[in-house]
Amino acid sequence: MFGIISHKLVASTAGGSPGQPILRAAVLAMMSNYSTATKQIMVREALNSALDEEMAADPTVFLMGEEVGEYEGAYKVRFVNSPLTPVSKGLLRKYGPQRVVDTPITEAGFTGIGVGASCHGLRPIVEFMTFNFAMQAIDHIINSAAKTNYMSAGNINVPIVFRGPNGPAAGVGAQHSQISSHWYSSCPGLKVLAPYSSEDARGLLKTAIRDPDPVVFLENELLYGESFPVSDEVLDSSFCLPIGKAKIEKEGKDVTITAFSRMVGYALKAAEILEKEDLEAEVINLRSIRPLDRSLINNSVRKTNRLVTVEEGFPQHGVGAEICASVVEENFNYLDAPVERISGADAPMPYAANLERLALPQVEDVVRAARRACYRSVPTATTA
Amino acid sequence: MGFYLSKSRTVMHNLKPKLGSLGVMFHQSSGIASFSHHQESQSGLIKNLGAGSCNRPTLFTIWRSEHFKAEKQLDCKQNSGGPQISDELAVRMYTYMAMLQTMDTIFYEAQRQGRISFYVTAIGEEAINIASAAALQLDDPVFPQYRESGVLLWRGFTLQEFANQCFGNKNDNCKGRQMPAHYGSVKHNYFTVASTVATQVPHAVGAAYSLKMDRINACSITYFGDGGTSTGDFHAALNFAAVMEAPVIFFCRNNGWAISTPVGDQFRSDGIVVRGQAYGVHSIRVDGNDALAIYSAVRAARQMAITEQRPVLIEALTYRGGHHTTSDDSTRYRSAEEIEWWRVAQCPVSRFRKWLEKEGWWNSDAETELRASLRKQVLRAIQVAEQVEKPPVADIFTDVYDAPPSNLHEQETTLLETIEKHPKEYPPNFSC
Repeated sequence: MFGIISHKLVASTAGGSPGQPILRAAVLAMMSNYSTATKQIMVREALNSALDEEMAADPTVFLMGEEVGEYEGAYKVRFVNSPLTPVSKGLLRKYGPQRVVDTPITEAGFTGIGVGASCHGLRPIVEFMTFNFAMQAIDHIINSAAKTNYMSAGNINVPIVFRGPNGPAAGVGAQHSQISSHWYSSCPGLKVLAPYSSEDARGLLKTAIRDPDPVVFLENELLYGESFPVSDEVLDSSFCLPIGKAKIEKEGKDVTITAFSRMVGYALKAAEILEKEDLEAEVINLRSIRPLDRSLINNSVRKTNRLVTVEEGFPQHGVGAEICASVVEENFNYLDAPVERISGADAPMPYAANLERLALPQVEDVVRAARRACYRSVPTATTA
Repeated sequence: MGFYLSKSRTVMHNLKPKLGSLGVMFHQSSGIASFSHHQESQSGLIKNLGAGSCNRPTLFTIWRSEHFKAEKQLDCKQNSGGPQISDELAVRMYTYMAMLQTMDTIFYEAQRQGRISFYVTAIGEEAINIASAAALQLDDPVFPQYRESGVLLWRGFTLQEFANQCFGNKNDNCKGRQMPAHYGSVKHNYFTVASTVATQVPHAVGAAYSLKMDRINACSITYFGDGGTSTGDFHAALNFAAVMEAPVIFFCRNNGWAISTPVGDQFRSDGIVVRGQAYGVHSIRVDGNDALAIYSAVRAARQMAITEQRPVLIEALTYRGGHHTTSDDSTRYRSAEEIEWWRVAQCPVSRFRKWLEKEGWWNSDAETELRASLRKQVLRAIQVAEQVEKPPVADIFTDVYDAPPSNLHEQETTLLETIEKHPKEYPPNFSC
């Protein structure tokens, strides 16, 4: 919690106005009053530490996937900040090949094997190199994992976690940029989580591993190398975040902006820009796509009366569509403006850098949408 | 040896167009050389098996029709010093084979009468079902396809429980969630049948890995048909099992048909046994209508899987005596004569009975008595199951997750209110 406060304060002191240095000093003073100063850890480290702690605590937890074993030698030293450094760094050496299993190349295969192992008392963490490849395994995720507790009348639990990077990275083309958050979230029996910060990553992954139901854990490759401050509470080995609860990253009163994963960072940057125009956006980090924290979102819209949803995925049937429907169903009379959804372009991801940039939401898109919702500018005509 | 094989294959490949099918046979027998090599390293029990041992040419279709003769089978059993099974076990196995046959026949008729919506028979595969189950222990988790209800029957699932599941009534231990014949029982270590084809094969490997990690004295077994071996899951599972050294038995019921697709259109390999070999899995082919051969093979495979911590594949050649399911009419794609021939000449239940009679452990009086009793029991189970009311409305919403989420509570409340408001629009035979 303390980490969040300092994060918010630090974020708001990022600008260069005169009042800021005092605030900054105050923050530093607050931080030094506590001997437990906040650390900064990368999302990758947060995930790694969560895996490590859960594997240490429970011998039935094991990791399987392609390339989850450690690269020896140069990589771990020279490329410690590289995207090539696996999240599972160090785990093979510590827990051995029985618990960190490098699999042959077949997602459908090892996902099926993971489900079978979880039916029989183990708690596997199945890592997909990216969730694009999980499409090969989607039958096992939906038909074998999600539906099994129901179809077996509660007799067969599947306490499995499917994790890996989801969504576009940078310049990886259409077949490596698919977002699957909304697909998995439409399926009863699954829980779907999307962390943003290191605190999210640690807390949600630990909860996911301990959860008795199948959990789809959607990380983001571009966030792996980003650092976030974390408090001692977050670093404690019992730290867990509840599933189904979103987080208000920044409070506001004029417009609600919902986002998850990388887009939370974009929404926060947009909020900073909007603040200069005296528009206070309330930024909600969804954290949990299924179940969705409908009550928190609706409470926020009742306060601000305006909603903008942000996601990287394709526009049709996205996460924003569900949020819009929920808000319209429950709080129609509170809305002062039509709900807007910011999403990726309705086309396979192009490769060229300029085209890729245009195909994904940018901070300016969020800012403009918020302005439109607040009637600061003329709404654009919606296209079919 | 590898070098020898590749050389011979090149030669054979050149000869093939000239020799036609004969060339194919030679091609196969070069594969046999490596198989026999595997065989020598196995326990004596496998070498002593009847017609199943692969020392003859194994061109699949030729072998099936020529070597499937019951008398020849009996001779093999007597000469080979086959498995020692007691009269008690043998009679028990026969009783359950007859029970499975009776249950299947009557439940199938019930579907035709419209009393249940769907059914899957295992007619023609009774030996596979019962004999393989008899060779296993209750600690061995079973991952079935859907034609192995005999395994569950052997383990103690009652006829009443089978009927309850088919009728989807409130005593169904599957809470009315599944189509008929999609049984499952934790108590009997029998994983719930899923309609998806061959997804259970990698599941069994995962469970075997769990047994291996926990060092449990058991193996997992999974059943699938000839069609299931074409799926990606089958290949991934075999490969993984070999690499992970998982104690799992892959049991292929090669019954000649995948719905309307005959094996000739399913694959061009020499059956399934060579596929296991290809992945480095010890594999054997057995006569799937010979209960004793299956019993021996599964016993030996279980021993090997557990003590050597490795997968084993068994291909049991048999025939799908019934239709694929009640949604199929197999006379549309195969001749009635073919079906009849297998039913009369190769029925595994009759073959086993003849053997029992020869051993002096069975007679026609016992047969009449058993059949009458079984028929009565099955009919009664159906009558009782039909009268029991359907599952309660609450069962729509439970088990979606471990703990029910709030949105499902809301939905349940809304549904109950709606039922109360409009009772005439809902059927009477369930409780709220």
